[in-house]
Amino acid sequence: MSGNMNLTLKVWKQKNKDAKGALETYQVKGISPDMSFLEMFDVLNEQLITEGKDPIAFDHDCREGICGMCSMYINGRPHGPVKGVTTCQLHMRSFKDGDTIVVEPWRSAAFPVVKDLAVNRSAFDRVIAAGGFVSVNTGNAKDANNILINKDDADDAFNAAACIGCGACVATCKNGSAMLFVSAKVSQLALLPQGQIEKEARVLNMVNQMDEEGFGACSVTGACEIECPKGISLENIARMNREFIGANATKK
Amino acid sequence: MASSPKLDAKIPQGEIDQKWTKYRSTVHLVNPANKRSLEVIIVGSGLAGASAAASLAEMGYKVKVFCFQDSPRRAHSIAAQGGINAAKNYQNDGDSVYRLFYDTIKGGDYRAREANVHRLSEVSGAIIDQCVAQGVPFAREYGGVLSNRSFGGTQVQRTFYAAGQTGQQLLLGAYSALQRQVGMGAVQLYARHEMLDVVNIDGKCRGIIARDLISGKLERHFGHAVLIASGGYGNVFYLSTNAMGSNVTAAWKAHKKGAFFGNPCYTQIHPTCIPVSGDHQSKLTLMSESLRNDGRIWVPKKAGDTRKPTDIPEEERDYYLERRYPAFGNLVPRDVASRAAKERCDAGFGVGASKLAVYLDFAANMMRYGQIEANKQNLHNPSKEQIRELGRAVVKEKYGNLFDMYKQITGEDPYEVPMRIYPAVHYTMGGLWVDYNLQTTVPGLYALGEANFSDHGANRLGASALMQGLADGYFVIPYTIGDYLSEEIRTKAIPTDHEAFVKAEAEVQERINKLMTIKGTKSVDYFHKQLGKIMWEKCGMARNAEGLKQAISEIQKLREEFWKNVRVTGEANEFNPELEKAGRVADFLELGELMCMDALNRNESCGGHFREEYQTKDGEALRDDDNFAYVAAWENKGNNAWELHKEELKFENIKLAQRNYA
Repeated sequence: MSGNMNLTLKVWKQKNKDAKGALETYQVKGISPDMSFLEMFDVLNEQLITEGKDPIAFDHDCREGICGMCSMYINGRPHGPVKGVTTCQLHMRSFKDGDTIVVEPWRSAAFPVVKDLAVNRSAFDRVIAAGGFVSVNTGNAKDANNILINKDDADDAFNAAACIGCGACVATCKNGSAMLFVSAKVSQLALLPQGQIEKEARVLNMVNQMDEEGFGACSVTGACEIECPKGISLENIARMNREFIGANATKK
Repeated sequence: MASSPKLDAKIPQGEIDQKWTKYRSTVHLVNPANKRSLEVIIVGSGLAGASAAASLAEMGYKVKVFCFQDSPRRAHSIAAQGGINAAKNYQNDGDSVYRLFYDTIKGGDYRAREANVHRLSEVSGAIIDQCVAQGVPFAREYGGVLSNRSFGGTQVQRTFYAAGQTGQQLLLGAYSALQRQVGMGAVQLYARHEMLDVVNIDGKCRGIIARDLISGKLERHFGHAVLIASGGYGNVFYLSTNAMGSNVTAAWKAHKKGAFFGNPCYTQIHPTCIPVSGDHQSKLTLMSESLRNDGRIWVPKKAGDTRKPTDIPEEERDYYLERRYPAFGNLVPRDVASRAAKERCDAGFGVGASKLAVYLDFAANMMRYGQIEANKQNLHNPSKEQIRELGRAVVKEKYGNLFDMYKQITGEDPYEVPMRIYPAVHYTMGGLWVDYNLQTTVPGLYALGEANFSDHGANRLGASALMQGLADGYFVIPYTIGDYLSEEIRTKAIPTDHEAFVKAEAEVQERINKLMTIKGTKSVDYFHKQLGKIMWEKCGMARNAEGLKQAISEIQKLREEFWKNVRVTGEANEFNPELEKAGRVADFLELGELMCMDALNRNESCGGHFREEYQTKDGEALRDDDNFAYVAAWENKGNNAWELHKEELKFENIKLAQRNYA
């Protein structure tokens, strides 16, 4: 054993999207504070497999905070108690020996559960497919330095583009709104000259798709910004609202 | 040495700088109406897969994309940090297509194919143009132009970047282009699907068998051509910087159906990763090579020095890379930097609790940047503290996310104390053998990006993986696939009740059933960890004949035990990550043996392949160009038996020479 923390875990188990789920209680022992939260789950799953039980299904991939795959709702907060990190970058030193930790999947009408803690976030892909791009076929581009871009605008676009599409914003929102996610892409492209040509159609189509997917409305509580592991700012929502109003006003 | 008759690289005639131009102008085309009835399957949605899918769909082909993650945006290209190379010469520092070509051939220790590398270098500039046009937010200077930085193995600044998230931004650009085609109906997307076999009919690849990972159902998909863009196989080592799901399965299935595997032993061990902290560790985290721009690598001069790094005075530090390689200093290529770190640690100079680490120190450059910043801001006589603060802000802007990640993982603040780093498995230069068209030895079956062996020889230079993935997808395959598909315009879509599909699906089903019914006592991870240990110790940073022979027999035993005693929980007809892992580890257990065989066959040291028996008196890799200037392409003969075929590497434009970075 590599550590000395003993924990009680209450974890959401649900066989598939149609089944009824429930919290189940597990004990894990010998957890090291240097483990990541997902490595603690590896220990639990190894234990369950040894006991001949069904391990807990959860999404994860890069384990360095960038792919956006991990998605645990820990003690009532997406990605757990530490600000600015994903679950894979949350380490057990953020918990105490003897703690009880409740782990649930992202909960939102637009993110149906696949199994246990894994959910289906393909609604995000469809929102991007509706307009989150610049229509430039391969081979169309001119020299990259032909258009100069003000560094502040480039930096703001980069900050918006840092979104990893994990869905924490939706999970934490009482309305299940995807406004932070959608506005990050709208902002990135609205801030850059390359995004200007299609900016009206883009915001209208993306917002329309967002509504069709069943995401809720935004009531600007700001919970999304607080829980976003990449610090995507609420300003993006304000910018998207401006873009949306402008696009509607000029709609032909 | 003559190349095997089974390996026709199809390198165009002519001068090196005319080959691609001439090829593009003369390659057969498919007219737009015919493209609409030609179907292309792409496995993998990283930089190579997504860029190929978008580009081919834009041209009018019918495309299907498969990825095992829940969204194509999760592909592991997303985690690439430091940057992407391009011979733009925006810095006016002497860069050119030829120089990028030369650096890449030399960096690869003269084990890559000249024509492919030159083409890569030629299209590098257009990649940057394309990405900027898509809205990829690269770092910029105050004047509005793009910014560059340096990477290992070069003396020019040709690396474009977006903070420490370059891979993410490039992938999201390609993903956006892909999603645009999905939205238009030109691409059908199959997320949470895993390819489990390719289907060949009359000697040509005609489709795949895929498993819907949510329902567990097997599906048959026809394609006039199949593109494998499924990444590298570094996870054979269990611990690597690859994502947990990264695997060799798609490439391995292709290999077992006739595609030769090229240079499997060429593995890149990246010098700057966060050291292993305990046996619970599931993966290793890279600290970008770009940090070597501004970090100085050192160990104490005294073996076993236990003082805190900040207490060790300047004159008692050994900046061993600057000492051994003054011309390139901390920016030597990855293989050289990794071996040098291992050498110091093996000699007892390692630091940290495990003594398997060296320091990467930013203190000096933080002060240098602070001074520049103070000058820019017209501050006169700033205090040391002020300078430090200003410098810290500059470093934060360049590498903030990496420093945060380091702190999160280790609990130490790298702005205050030097990082501790150690080499870790990062990338695999080997992969499916492909010709100039990126076609494998099976007609109609292609391999792109890290999944192929083609451009990096025995060692890849930093910031060149992103370049290759996007070159293959945006600018190479759209042309080269025409050479094949122009001959296929009369081939009607083959119905998937064809016996070849039926048979392939039955075989996949049988293997799944077998995995589910063993019901042994040990988890899949147990076997994966055992395999990783064998590979790291005997086929890792240093290899020797004795160890490799042992490794082969140990892997054979482990594989046998796996098929008798693995425990796969759950059911086959549901979302079952354990079953997915089991299939992947089973493939790694075969690949591992081939890697060791290849390493044993190659009686020389080159790039990432370091055979202890073959080194210079200074401990540098000692190549044997007379006997090993070839690509080792292995043909699968079934039952874990292989036959070696050789593709001779001809160096007509760059003179073979001992690599020298001193």
